Amino acid sequence: MLSARIRKTFAPKPDSAGFTLDIDLAATQGVTVLFGPSGAGKTLVLDAVAGFVKPDEGRVMLDDDILYDGATGVFLPPQKRNCGYVFQNYALFPHMTLRQNLEFAAERRPRLERHRRVMEMLDKFRLTEAAGRRPHEVSGGQRQRCSIARALIGEPKMLLLDEPATGLDAPLRAELYEALRRVKEDFRTPMLLVTHDLAECFELGEEMLIVHQGRVVQKGAPQEILDAPANLEVARLVGAFNLLEAEIVTLDPGRDSSRLRMGEFELNGRYFPGHLKGDRVTLCVRPEQLMARARDGKPGTNQIPAELVRVVERPHGLRLEFTSPAFSSAVRVNVSRGDYEGMKETREWVVEFPVGELRAV
Amino acid sequence: MNIDWFPLWLSLRVAFLSTALALAAGLWIAYVLANREFRFKDALDAAVTLPLVLPPTVLGYYLLVLIGRASPLGRLWEEVFGAPLVFTWKAAVVAALLHALPLLVKSARAALESVDRSYERAARNLGASELKIFLRVSFPLARRSILAATALAFARALGDFGVTLMVAGNIPGRTQTVAVAIYDAVESGNGAAARVLVLVVSAAALAILTLANRLTPEGAARG
Repeated sequence: MLSARIRKTFAPKPDSAGFTLDIDLAATQGVTVLFGPSGAGKTLVLDAVAGFVKPDEGRVMLDDDILYDGATGVFLPPQKRNCGYVFQNYALFPHMTLRQNLEFAAERRPRLERHRRVMEMLDKFRLTEAAGRRPHEVSGGQRQRCSIARALIGEPKMLLLDEPATGLDAPLRAELYEALRRVKEDFRTPMLLVTHDLAECFELGEEMLIVHQGRVVQKGAPQEILDAPANLEVARLVGAFNLLEAEIVTLDPGRDSSRLRMGEFELNGRYFPGHLKGDRVTLCVRPEQLMARARDGKPGTNQIPAELVRVVERPHGLRLEFTSPAFSSAVRVNVSRGDYEGMKETREWVVEFPVGELRAV
Repeated sequence: MNIDWFPLWLSLRVAFLSTALALAAGLWIAYVLANREFRFKDALDAAVTLPLVLPPTVLGYYLLVLIGRASPLGRLWEEVFGAPLVFTWKAAVVAALLHALPLLVKSARAALESVDRSYERAARNLGASELKIFLRVSFPLARRSILAATALAFARALGDFGVTLMVAGNIPGRTQTVAVAIYDAVESGNGAAARVLVLVVSAAALAILTLANRLTPEGAARG
């Protein structure tokens, strides 16, 4: 298990603003994902754990080993840290064959064991055939598996992965996820993975930490975060929400209900803890939680008339974009292709906000 | 025509030895300059580069002061080896070294710095010692550029004139290198001998240059 408290400040320079990393995290079994925009400091966390960067203060512990402790001045060099690192570009040594790459990494193991270990890893990661070739002579998938095998061959206590899927096409991405799931099952090495891809968090992560400007702004299971973003900032970073301004008109904790005003329309919602009547809030609702319908006379409960401005094709259906004077920004609604076929001719639309799905942040 | 080939052989021997010494010291200095941050880094860089820009007579003067018979270093040499260093062919090696070293350090440093840092990080992460990283990762990846630099350093060492003249002198059959011999031949009106030596040296330099260009990775040195 990794537990890290890392603080590091970079003074502002003429060509760049200053930056402070102040992060507290624990990564246990399985995959912990650091999610955030570029420049949030995610890779810096990996580098501090691997020992490439020395924090200003804090403490990094891996199982019972102290890797870094600012108070006592302990700072283990990268060589002694025993955590595997899968680099963004894989960093396989280009002048060595895949086998030599693994052998290089196996050299800190006892002599008798090395050969067997290399054979075993080649076999496990389906690299035996390509073992005699150099990185530029093998496929992207083989390179990727080799870099994971190389990081694991020394039996590290932790595996660090820096945006391993960036720049991969869809089949390679699927292959990578498959390989990482096998690592999770076969090796049981805890992993700390950096990404800015939300789908990847769901694909791999048990625990997800949202990093923004050097801080963790929310942590939890990916589904939990998607269901309940802690604040507007998180909702924006996750990027999967319609964010709409509204005003709370009434709040009734007894009946677990509320009324919200959006423009000239009012919506029924659940009770919003922590808010007061009259508060201006941001409604946070995912495109798949909303419904688009043909307008049938006067808009029904929780329906707001809107104008369809765009239809976007998506892998699993369509996304409709609506505008209305009541909406502070365009509202996206996901529909299936079949549903859309049935209402294609619709002239006047309403967007329906299901009562149970409305969240205020 | 009677040509004394001794200067040519002496020059080759001097160039080989000084290039070998430059390689040993230069790679180490280049590695330190490329990888470490320390207080007098710029000063070390400047000191190593200085011979490239100083007039040979100035360098020769410094060398005489540094390794002359009256200097501590010169006296130490005399204690250990029983004979002075200056005005022997070994002094010519020192003179040539002074010219070969900056060339080598400059190019080797650039070559080492051009190696993608992530390879070194990966090696470090895999538990490799700094020595192992240098021998198995950084050096092999920069090898061609370093070999090209070595060839150029060799050519430079082969042709030194001014510094060699000042610290090794012009003793035919003992310290007279090919560059000095050509000067000597022209001065004494022996144009034929001068022409032959000039042609031989030019051919050797051209061959080395061709080799160096072949070794240089595409686009690296040509920018």
